[in-house]
Amino acid sequence: MPKTLDAVTLALLGAFRLNGYIFVGTLVIAIPLGLAISFGSMSRFGPLRWFTKTFVWAIRGTPLMLQIMIAFFAPPLLFGIVLPRTETAIIAFGINYAAYFSEIYRGGIESIPRGQLEAGQVLGMTRSQIFRKIVLMQVIKRITPPMGNEIITLIKDTCLARVIAIMEINMKAQQFASKGLIWPLFYSGVFFLVFVGVLTVLFNYFERKLNYFR
Amino acid sequence: MAILEVKNISKRFGATVVLRDISFSMEQGQSMAIIGSSGSGKTTLLRCLNFLERPEKGKIIVGGQLLLDAEDPATQKESEIRRKRLHFGLVFQAFHLFPQYTALQNVALAMELLDREQPNYRKNAKEIDAHTREKALALLEQMGLSDKTGLYPHELSGGQQQRVAIARALALRPDVLCFDEPTSALDPELTGEVLKVIRNLAQQRTTMVIVTHEMAFARDVADRVIFMDEGVIVEEGPAHEVIDNPRQERTRQFLSRYSG
Ligand SMILES: Nc1ncnc2c1ncn2[C@@H]1O[C@H](COP(=O)(O)OP(=O)(O)OP(=O)(O)O)[C@@H](O)[C@H]1O
Ligand SMILES: [Mg+2]
Repeated sequence: MPKTLDAVTLALLGAFRLNGYIFVGTLVIAIPLGLAISFGSMSRFGPLRWFTKTFVWAIRGTPLMLQIMIAFFAPPLLFGIVLPRTETAIIAFGINYAAYFSEIYRGGIESIPRGQLEAGQVLGMTRSQIFRKIVLMQVIKRITPPMGNEIITLIKDTCLARVIAIMEINMKAQQFASKGLIWPLFYSGVFFLVFVGVLTVLFNYFERKLNYFR
Repeated sequence: MAILEVKNISKRFGATVVLRDISFSMEQGQSMAIIGSSGSGKTTLLRCLNFLERPEKGKIIVGGQLLLDAEDPATQKESEIRRKRLHFGLVFQAFHLFPQYTALQNVALAMELLDREQPNYRKNAKEIDAHTREKALALLEQMGLSDKTGLYPHELSGGQQQRVAIARALALRPDVLCFDEPTSALDPELTGEVLKVIRNLAQQRTTMVIVTHEMAFARDVADRVIFMDEGVIVEEGPAHEVIDNPRQERTRQFLSRYSG
């Protein structure tokens, strides 16, 4: 195994691309799916609300690591279907994060004062116009800080993909350690620090952009 | 012909009866003040007119058209309620401006949304948008806010916010404009500018229902006054008569708390 800085950097970077891929894939699934789940949990139709809340409870109440393993082992053992590994992880992550996002969305939507909805209603707006034109922007402003937190947590959580033998950065760094080389473990942390640093700057910028109204 | 007829409206919340058999009517161009102590049902009445609450009994008729018969579900279809609301405007005690929009956008938004539902909107989008913008600007000018059109609600004083809210409610040209204590959330030195705007609207014969605790204003501006107590109309008549020479003992007692 090569031990130079260049070689380790290259190896870790290659592995971190998988973390980045899982990160992006998860967001693509979880951001819209979370919205659908939050609508379900606020539905006026009792059974749908009950079903959604139970689902969110089950997802948030069990370890993500367990969910990844179930996503990996259940399809082949139960249905004889073999799915590609990384995509399997993305599906598990996507569903898990959608459950968390849905609760953030719900909190944001429910925090909008009734008067805002009523002001839209008396102006003859439809439910969908009120949501799109009045509620949405105010919700985005309110959920930006908690969403930032979750998204920062997500990049670190992607390491859990190693439980189904996805060679992501943490597993790669461990390989070096088990060969007697300790510093790549520390070095792998730098990748996260940089990534999270960029995310933090982005979220701060976004929050400032939304400061034009209260 | 009466522009607004309210017939036998009754409304309860659980076991509390809030409105009991409320009936009144108004002529086009009239303004009607509703006075009464806290909890007498004034807000609830305005909310029923604006379809924010559904009464158990009664009818609402605008310009001869039956908008709501509480006992006839056919008049309560959700899809039609939305259009029926356009007969009324409502100015809230707490303004409820949309914080993410400027004064101008607050006034124009509902007009723009209705414009876009017009079948010919796409063809003349530019003209229609410009026209709507002109209308919104003119309304803000009428409110004395020409220099504030680009400001966001949090950049405006309470009195300015309420005037934007009035322009917003006027934008869709409602048949009846309702005010729910439009100055109660304002510092005393800001009530004057809002009352002045409403006074101007009355002079232009805007049909208005104004819930207020400003007795002098009600007497000077309104054509008629209704005094409500515990969900019933105790006294109704020309503004000067009801406020200066009330006939009912309950009205006298209520007004004595405001004199001096
Ligand atoms: N959504 C509701 N649920 C239960 N009770 C309500 C509701 N809205 C109003 N009420 C009750 O109805 C009664 C009349 O309330 P309303 O707000 O119409 O009075 P008001 O005359 O506008 O009073 P105020 O001068 O304080 O604004 C009150 O006793 C109030 O507690
Ligand atoms: Mg009230």
